[in-house]
Order: sequence, then structure tokens, then C-alpha cells
Amino acid sequence: MYSPKVMDHFMNPRNVGEVETPDGTGMEGNPTCGDVMKITIKVKDGRIEDAKFRTFGCGAAIAVSSMVTEMVKGKTIEEALSLSKEAVAEALGGLPAQKMHCSNLGADALRKAIEDYKSKQAG
Amino acid sequence: MKMRYFDHMATTPLPEEVVSAMMPYLREEFGNPLSIYDLGARARQAVEEARAKVAGLINARPQAVIFTSSGAEANNMALKGIALAKQGQGKHIIVSRAEHHSVLNAARSLEKTGFAVTYLPIDKHGLVEPDTLRKAIIPETTLVSIILASPEVGSIEPVKELARIVKEKGNASFHTDAVAAVGNIPVDVADLGVDLLSLSAHQFYGPKGAGALYVREGIRIVPLIYGGIQEGGRRAGTENVPAIVGMGRAAEIAKEGLSETAGKLKAMRDRLISAALKVEKCRLTGHPDRRLPGHASFCVEFIEGEAMLLLLVSKGIYAASGSACSSKALKASPVLLSMGIPAGLAQGSIVFSLGRENAMEDIDYLISEFPPIIKRLREISPYAQTWGGVEESGQCIPQK
Repeated sequence: MYSPKVMDHFMNPRNVGEVETPDGTGMEGNPTCGDVMKITIKVKDGRIEDAKFRTFGCGAAIAVSSMVTEMVKGKTIEEALSLSKEAVAEALGGLPAQKMHCSNLGADALRKAIEDYKSKQAG
Repeated sequence: MKMRYFDHMATTPLPEEVVSAMMPYLREEFGNPLSIYDLGARARQAVEEARAKVAGLINARPQAVIFTSSGAEANNMALKGIALAKQGQGKHIIVSRAEHHSVLNAARSLEKTGFAVTYLPIDKHGLVEPDTLRKAIIPETTLVSIILASPEVGSIEPVKELARIVKEKGNASFHTDAVAAVGNIPVDVADLGVDLLSLSAHQFYGPKGAGALYVREGIRIVPLIYGGIQEGGRRAGTENVPAIVGMGRAAEIAKEGLSETAGKLKAMRDRLISAALKVEKCRLTGHPDRRLPGHASFCVEFIEGEAMLLLLVSKGIYAASGSACSSKALKASPVLLSMGIPAGLAQGSIVFSLGRENAMEDIDYLISEFPPIIKRLREISPYAQTWGGVEESGQCIPQK
């Protein structure tokens, strides 16, 4: 059974979709294992202005993605990079133990989106 | 919100007439069937009457029915009990990839103690090819176990033909796990030609905690549980009298209503299947015709089963899934994978198993609620239209 917060983010996911002309895109997971998350971000003046997600996966995976996009909006790149899986789970009122690792890919997808942004900046 | 329960392969509700048959044995008729006074004798009689009713449901003689605690125990008893009893003749057994965990894991436990096990492949519908079985039988084979009907994909195996092949090829005993079948389709041990057959009460509106193993007379079986002389010394332990009585009453009701219920279930199932298959990229799993009358199972592309289940529950609809995320073990159904369904698609597994208390109106409600749920999850999925070249059979990313 999921926490009320997980159920809220699963039933009413925030920030579904892709940001327009994303500055960074990150994808994590594999459908074979059950969960895939794609996060797109818009960055302005070193801050994440907008973040959206698409997720293939279980209730926890969808709730995690929704929560991650909520948490990083307005954060600096450095702050966003320090977002941990544990912090995401905590914000959701906890995740079932067996979902903690397989479905909690949001922070990883976000990190990949930021790396993508950085490599574009460098290029 | 009204509950619409479509998960009868998980368990079935207990009807009032079964509860009321059981109640005296939870109250004043609490005797031990082995006791010699009247209280014990009445309990003994109740158990024997139940045995006759359960035997009647599968056309067996009552003395060939051994009560167990569950279908899983019956399956374990069949596999281990026969393998051990016949190990002087050989140490090879055959099971199929369509089997329930209680058969597969019992077979694996035998493997660890020196038995050889052949796992027969299944086709895209989940069926065992008779020729594959014929080729797998060797002189050392002592037991073949093939499920009668799959709770996961609903397919009904050609057990009669498979049992005949085993008899032609030697001395192996034939066991079938009929847990998902009994109460849903006619099951006749004589007609099927099987030596052993497992069943479970709570699959046909009986209580949990009661199962049975049919063992054809003359077949020796080594017990799983040693102790007293209950069940002819083949299964020790004081009988679960209330549950056994409930199982007997449930068997009686199931037998009476079998063909009428099957007809009703089939009509509801067919309406559900034809509606679901109108949804784009939603595939039926299991055989289109050779399937349980109330069983409709699908794989829906680009979305995941547990998420579907949660949204269905929010509409009062109860179903099941073989996806990795919906299982406590986090592994996709081995039966779906053995049927050649790619792992990503298996995540979209959804199973509706109907029962006699369902009405066509419940199916109409399900048909109206299910497609919007698929649409909603596809709108969230990164794979809305295509898997986009993602590696479906690749290794899972190591989780930190």
C-alpha cells in the first residue's frame, strides 16, 4: 500500500509532458525492468525554470517523477544535482521497501537531464 | 462505490450457504474426528460426507481424495510424494513452463536433492505441444505434471491427450494441477486419465485452508507430513473440519451449477474480450478458444500493469497483473515470458477473471472504464505510440 502522498501524485501527476525546446533531456530505466523515466528541463540563469516528465511504470514510478519535477523547479543546477533518492522518497511520505530502488529513478533521470544540459552548454 | 470483483483466480467470495454449512463445526460440533465418542464420530461423518462431495465434483471415488491445507500443498505432495515413492525406478520428472509456482518450486527443490527435471516449453498460447512431451519421456521418468488450466492466461492444456502419451510411453505417473480449472470447467479424473489431480476450495467459492489431492487407488505416495493416521496415514494432522465441510458444500454447489455458470461466464468474457481488443495495441494472452469460461487476459502496450490496477481500483474494479511491479518478487510472470512475450510488453499484463456473482452490467461498467485508463496512462508514458527502438530484452540497469 502506498502513502496518501504517493497516491495523490499518482492519481494527479504534476508536470506531465515535455517542456518546449528543452535545454536538457534525461532518460533512465528499461522497460524490461518495468520503469522508464524521461525528464526534460528548461534552464534560465543557472536555475531550472521548468521540468516535465513522461514515465512508463508503476504507481510509485509515476509519483516519483511527478514529485521530482515539483521539487527541482526554481532550484539552481547545483541544488538540483544534490537531490537524492532518499529526499524524493521522504517528500512522498515514504516508499515501500521493494520500490525504493527499482521505481525511484527520478533523481537519476534528472541528473542525466542536467548532464545533457551541461554538455550542450560546453558544446 | 460498488465493488466489481474480477479476480477470481486469486480467490472467490464465500457464499452464505457455505458459511452456514461450516458454522456448526466452528461452534458446538468441535470434535476431533479421531475421537471415539459421538462428538468425534459426527465430525468424522462430516469429513467423509465432504469427501464424497469433493470426489463427486471430479468423478472420483471418495477414498481417492486426500484433504490438504491448500492447492500448493496438494501440488507439493504430488511432486515430492511420487518422486520419492518411485525413486527406485528413476529420478527424472517432467513439468511444463506453464506451471504454477507451487509446482515449479517443488520441482526445483527435487532438483537440489538429485532429481533431474525437464521443463517443457509452451507455445505462444501457453500450451504444451504433445510431441514435445513424447520426446521428453525417458525410461527413468517417473512423473509428468502439466497444469489443466492456467490462472494467468486462461489456456486449457490438452491434458487428456498428454496423459495418454505418458501411459503409452511407460510407467510414469501423470499429475495435473487443476486448481484454476475445478469449478469452472467439467473435470473428470476418469475421462482425463490422470493419476493425480490437485484442487483448492477457495477457487470455487469454498473457504481458504482446504485443498485436496486426488490419488488414483493403487498408487503409492510418500507423505509430506508425518504423524497420526489421518487421511489413511498419507497426510497427518487433525483435520480442518469446518473448512473441509465448507469445501464439500462448495463442491456440491459448483457441480449443480457448472454448465449454467460456464455459459453465463463465457458470454460476459466474450463481450469483454471483444471490447478490449478494440483498444489499439491491446493483445489477448492465452488461447482464443481453449480458455477458461470466465478468463480474459491481456497485454497492453506502453503502460504498466500495477498502474492499471491502481486506477481500476479507484473505479471499484479489482483485477490482477503479471507485471514485475505488481508482484512482491518484482519479476514479470515467467509464464508470459515463456510464451515469447517480450519483457517490456509483459509489464502491461492485466488479468480479469470473472465469477458467478458478476453480472453483464458489471462487464459493461468495466468496458466503459478500462479504455480511458489505458489512454490516461499512455498519455503519461514516454512510449505513447512505439517502443522507439528501446532494447526490450536487454539487461536491467544495475540499481544503486
